[in-house]
Amino acid sequence: MIKAILIFNNHGKPRLSKFYEHYTEDTEQQIIRETFHLVSKRDENICNFLEGGLLIGGSDNKLIYRHYATLYFVFCVDSSESELGILDLIQVLVETLDKCFENVCELDLIFHVDKVHNILAEMVMGGMVLETNMSEIITQVEAQGKMEKSEAGITGAPARAVSAVKNMNLPEMPKNINIGDISIKVPNLPSFK
Amino acid sequence: MALKIVKGSIDRMFDKNLQDLVRGIRNHKEDEAKYISTCIDEIKQELKQDNIAVKANAVCKLTYLQMLGYDVSWAAFNIVEVMSSSKFTYKRIGYLAASQCFHEGTDVIMLTTNQIRKDLSSPHQYDTGVALTGLSCFVTPDLARDLANDIMTLMSHTKPYIRKKAVLIMYKVFLKYPESLRPAFPRLKEKLEDPDPGVQSAAVNVICELARRNPKNYLSLAPLFFKLMTSSTNNWVLIKIIKLFGALTPLEPRLGKKLIEPLTNLIHSTSAMSLLYECVNTVIAVLISLSSGMPNHSASIQLCVQKLRILIEDSDQNLKYLGLLAMSKILKTHPKSVQSHKDLILQCLDDKDESIRLRALDLLYGMVSKKNLMEIVKKLMLHVDKAEGTTYRDELLTKIIDICSQSNYQYITNFEWYISILVELTRLEGTRHGHLIASQMLDVAIRVKAIRGFAVAQMATLLDNAHLLTGNTQRNGICEVLYAAAWICGEFSEHLEDPMQTLEAMLRPKVATLPGHIQAVYVQNAAKLFATVLRKHEGETDSHAAQETSQLLIDRLPLFVQSANLEVQERASCILQLVKYIQKLQQKKVEVAEEVTALFAGELNPVAPKAQKKVPVPEGLDLDAWINKPPSESESEDEKPKAVFAKEEPKHSRSRHTEVDEKELARRREARKREQANNPFYIKASPSSQKVYDAPGVEHIPVVQIDLSVPLKVPGMPMSDQYLKLEEERRQKEKAERKKEKKKKREKRGKERKADSGPESEEDIAPAHQVDIVTEEMPENALPSDDDDKDPNDPHKALDIDLDKPLADSEKLPVRTHRPEVLKSPAEDRVNESIPQETKKRSGKEKKEKKKGKEKDRKRSKEEKKKKKHKEVEEELLESHPEEAVQSEETKEAATPPTSTSAEIKPTVHWFPVQKSSKHKKKKQKKEKEEKEKKKKKRHHHHHHHSNAGGEDSVQNGTVEEEEPLPPMSNYFLLAENSYIKMVYDIQGNHQDESKVVVSVIFENKSDSFLKSMEFNVLDSLNSKLQRPEGAGAHDSLTVPFQLPPGISNEAHFVFSVQSIVMPQKLKGTLTFIVKSDESSTHEKLDFKLHFTCTSYLITTPCYLYDAYAKLLESGDLKGSSLRLEGINMPFHHLLARICFHHHFSVVERIDSCASMYSRSIQGHHVCLLVKTSDQTVSIDAKCDEPSLLGNVLDEIKQTFSKC
Repeated sequence: MIKAILIFNNHGKPRLSKFYEHYTEDTEQQIIRETFHLVSKRDENICNFLEGGLLIGGSDNKLIYRHYATLYFVFCVDSSESELGILDLIQVLVETLDKCFENVCELDLIFHVDKVHNILAEMVMGGMVLETNMSEIITQVEAQGKMEKSEAGITGAPARAVSAVKNMNLPEMPKNINIGDISIKVPNLPSFK
Repeated sequence: MALKIVKGSIDRMFDKNLQDLVRGIRNHKEDEAKYISTCIDEIKQELKQDNIAVKANAVCKLTYLQMLGYDVSWAAFNIVEVMSSSKFTYKRIGYLAASQCFHEGTDVIMLTTNQIRKDLSSPHQYDTGVALTGLSCFVTPDLARDLANDIMTLMSHTKPYIRKKAVLIMYKVFLKYPESLRPAFPRLKEKLEDPDPGVQSAAVNVICELARRNPKNYLSLAPLFFKLMTSSTNNWVLIKIIKLFGALTPLEPRLGKKLIEPLTNLIHSTSAMSLLYECVNTVIAVLISLSSGMPNHSASIQLCVQKLRILIEDSDQNLKYLGLLAMSKILKTHPKSVQSHKDLILQCLDDKDESIRLRALDLLYGMVSKKNLMEIVKKLMLHVDKAEGTTYRDELLTKIIDICSQSNYQYITNFEWYISILVELTRLEGTRHGHLIASQMLDVAIRVKAIRGFAVAQMATLLDNAHLLTGNTQRNGICEVLYAAAWICGEFSEHLEDPMQTLEAMLRPKVATLPGHIQAVYVQNAAKLFATVLRKHEGETDSHAAQETSQLLIDRLPLFVQSANLEVQERASCILQLVKYIQKLQQKKVEVAEEVTALFAGELNPVAPKAQKKVPVPEGLDLDAWINKPPSESESEDEKPKAVFAKEEPKHSRSRHTEVDEKELARRREARKREQANNPFYIKASPSSQKVYDAPGVEHIPVVQIDLSVPLKVPGMPMSDQYLKLEEERRQKEKAERKKEKKKKREKRGKERKADSGPESEEDIAPAHQVDIVTEEMPENALPSDDDDKDPNDPHKALDIDLDKPLADSEKLPVRTHRPEVLKSPAEDRVNESIPQETKKRSGKEKKEKKKGKEKDRKRSKEEKKKKKHKEVEEELLESHPEEAVQSEETKEAATPPTSTSAEIKPTVHWFPVQKSSKHKKKKQKKEKEEKEKKKKKRHHHHHHHSNAGGEDSVQNGTVEEEEPLPPMSNYFLLAENSYIKMVYDIQGNHQDESKVVVSVIFENKSDSFLKSMEFNVLDSLNSKLQRPEGAGAHDSLTVPFQLPPGISNEAHFVFSVQSIVMPQKLKGTLTFIVKSDESSTHEKLDFKLHFTCTSYLITTPCYLYDAYAKLLESGDLKGSSLRLEGINMPFHHLLARICFHHHFSVVERIDSCASMYSRSIQGHHVCLLVKTSDQTVSIDAKCDEPSLLGNVLDEIKQTFSKC
């Protein structure tokens, strides 16, 4: 079982948090902070597993993470998951994000956290791995995207126009992008499949 | 209206959306909290609006804020609203928000049951998908119970996308509602062979999770998994299956034997490291389970170790880590094959990655043997010196102690060495584990008698140099060691070379800076030392020395008397007075040493940590019984028990004193001395403690020379190393000796070849000196049970269910009550089919083999049937889903409290007339329903608006805001009963057919015999007739479609057609059956009367709209009647729930102690109630378009309440 999936940046700002067990908001924040603390102090070239049993659940649990550019992707899993399998799953997640957002970068995750959630929902459900085949995931995500668009239809048009206008009115927008416009590099990993 | 919409959407354009919110937060870095709080205010405004798009947008923003740590549970109701939007876009937003912040404590969750059910049966797969995903995150026991059946149906959905989600979510359902596991399991098993790989993988996933917790129940699936393992190419599935096998093999060694070959093949062939790793892991598990009897056993182990070595040597740190992890598993059973890789593992201790170092440490723990313990610990000590960062150093420290002390110091051959290691460890700065070292010192000193002399000498040195340790008192760490040191020196003071000097060291003024509990030990042990000193000087003509000692104590103790710590103070003042008295005696030249020593006589024995718990309760002692009658309240409560204990206590302490046997002690001491003297490596006591270091035989070792210009002996010089060398020498010597002996032996008896051959093995290493580890004391006849490790709160405990047993009747999934023909599911079919199977099983075991074959056939045909049925079910689902919308959640909750689990309708009886015509009718009905549905949808929306405008009160009607739990209720009434059988029944109306009711009868076999050939017959009246199969005569009886083994109950359904429903009816009937016991069978008969109440013609029909309800009342078509009930003293909501439950009403609106209720008869009569309560009086004003029906219903309500 996957107990939690956390994405945060190099400064510990959460970009996505998905807990498959219930915690209060305060505990969740504490878990994110502590996980960040544990993960961020590790060097690049050391192993990607951490016994973080104290944070969530019992000593059965492990933190498995990957670091891409400005983002950490952390999965907290118990012993029923294969460690290397989860590493590959993180890779699949990132590659899927890359495909769905076209060269994903931290900004995409910042502004479209709902979309990321939807993509994740096609991969992991209730803490169990649902789908690992990237093309299948993308097909489903896109089909749902289409449905959304068709529903928006005419009424959606003005909203889209306004949002375009909004962005036009805000010339300082690029200024906001002070962090994370480096896109996440997706190295090819040979280990799986 | 149109204008309003346009206006709404223009307004909406200027609402902040999620992106705006994020941007805003980023622009307000300095005052983020303030900015967010204004945003939350805006969101609250947006949530108040009617426009669902605005709400969805607001909820979407809330989801983001939740991630930032803001509590958004206050918007739970709005989230439910957004979830119930018909647009996928909004629905998805709603479900996402719900999945992020709903949990079991969220009260609005119970409002979602019907919405989720509707979404689950939606024709759009993504609606269903989104609902399943959301549900997986917030499923509660209630939701699981109510939706289990719907989800189970989805497991056979045509779309694999839905199937895989439904399969996965079943795991969550099982966890929350364990009763669903058995009925759902057959279908889950089926999904293992689903044509879609995703579904298959999901099923494997779920079963693996289940089996991991309770593996024994899943052994029977092993062949299926074995097939999958050899056929599947999906690495995910393979990994899961292989992991599962790892859990199964310990239970079934034969499985392991079969697995080895395919697994080794996989190991050789696969290129995926993840798969390779899991294979190795499982092979290890297999090998562990096969402790013996495998011919190529060692080959597999070798292969594993070899592969793991490759992993560990890999540059990828992840592989290295996992390699070590797996290695530690092999270690447990095959330590030798790992020990040969010691070099590699020690190398890992130098790794820059802490995780890897810790893993390597773990491995070392298991790798030690008597032979290499010293060497390994030496390496570790080097690492301790090098280690940066206290955490890792502390970890090393605990590991060293763990390694040495494991399994009762099994691997320690030389305790002097161990004591010196401990002393060396005290030099660690800033360690948190002072108490650990201290407890080890105490443990060893107490339990290894031979070491006491040495230990005492070392401890005396420690005490003498206490200032080196107390340098960092603040860090609560290492000064704990002094606690042990003081105690050991005091308790075993007879071994001290110079007790006077130690005494002096213990009474230094600096001691007062130590923590209180340590000072207390100091004071107490100073007194012990004092006794020793007195004893030593006893008999000397010059009593000067003894008097000096007393004076020392009298001078120094006042310092402790002033201590702020109570215990120190108390002990110090006691001892001070004692010493003063002794001093007086000394001046009178009285010999006191004997008496003073007696104060501390007796030996303390170690007690096992669990000893107290293991004391068995003596027979005849009831711990819960009162010793004395419970005291009256005026008496002080604690006096009497005190007296009881006061009597016992002195006994205990005295017995310890009497135990002392001076002779025995002397004897032991002598024995020890002799033993020490005979041991060349034992550092013998010599008058000066300094000489400890130049014990004979050690001169040639390059010990760090003591610089004599430094007056202090530095405690714990690296002298443990010397033992290592000593040990090696000793072994060499012993070996040589043994060889000699062997030679001699061989010469002597060359023919006899005795078993002592082979290289030096573990056991050959004799300990350096006789180690008599005193075993920890346990009470006599201690209870052997050791069952205190299972966590009673583990949710998986409930899932420990035997899955191979046929389903019993009581184990069906709850199904909603009013649509019998839709809910036909194969699993339920099986429920019924399995019952005869069970009975057959009981009849004879020897036929089992034959039966298996038959069962297989039956299964095959069943599967075919099932396939057909799946299709039907799906068609029906599509047709029927609008119906679902009608059902209101609130009323359902009220109408079916838990007892209804057994009250569902099973549409399996083949002569069920409704079913035959159902296909035809359904098409007609479908159209009608669709129209209805449209209307209702409209109404539904209105309802929402209404509820928003009117605040939340109107939504919380019915029993939603229950203050107290309802007592369990049942609608089943006794039909008839004799000594063989008991029948209870319930009558339910049927929405689809205005002239039919279904009577569910539960037959319970009360006898010890088999009941069979049950026939059910009723004398029809003009108005009500039992529906019989076509071609049967009007008076023919119906066969009950099952037999009843002893103690079993089962339910059958009988359909009756009725014409007029305005009057209650009674029908006479008879049940005939054959009672079959071993010897005889008799024919029995039971008469009964079926009572068709008017209530049974009513159907719970929710009425969402107060407006419509009001209109109905105003229309004037309804005739009124009223009823007063006196002396009702139950809570109002219980009253309402009773009416809802027993009389099939639903609450339209409730305001304080007044509620309006609604129900409808199967023939469409409206029945409206207005229930008011005040002071135990309930008045019910009722209106109905059929006065006589109303009158009868009211009578029945009155009866219900007169009963309670």
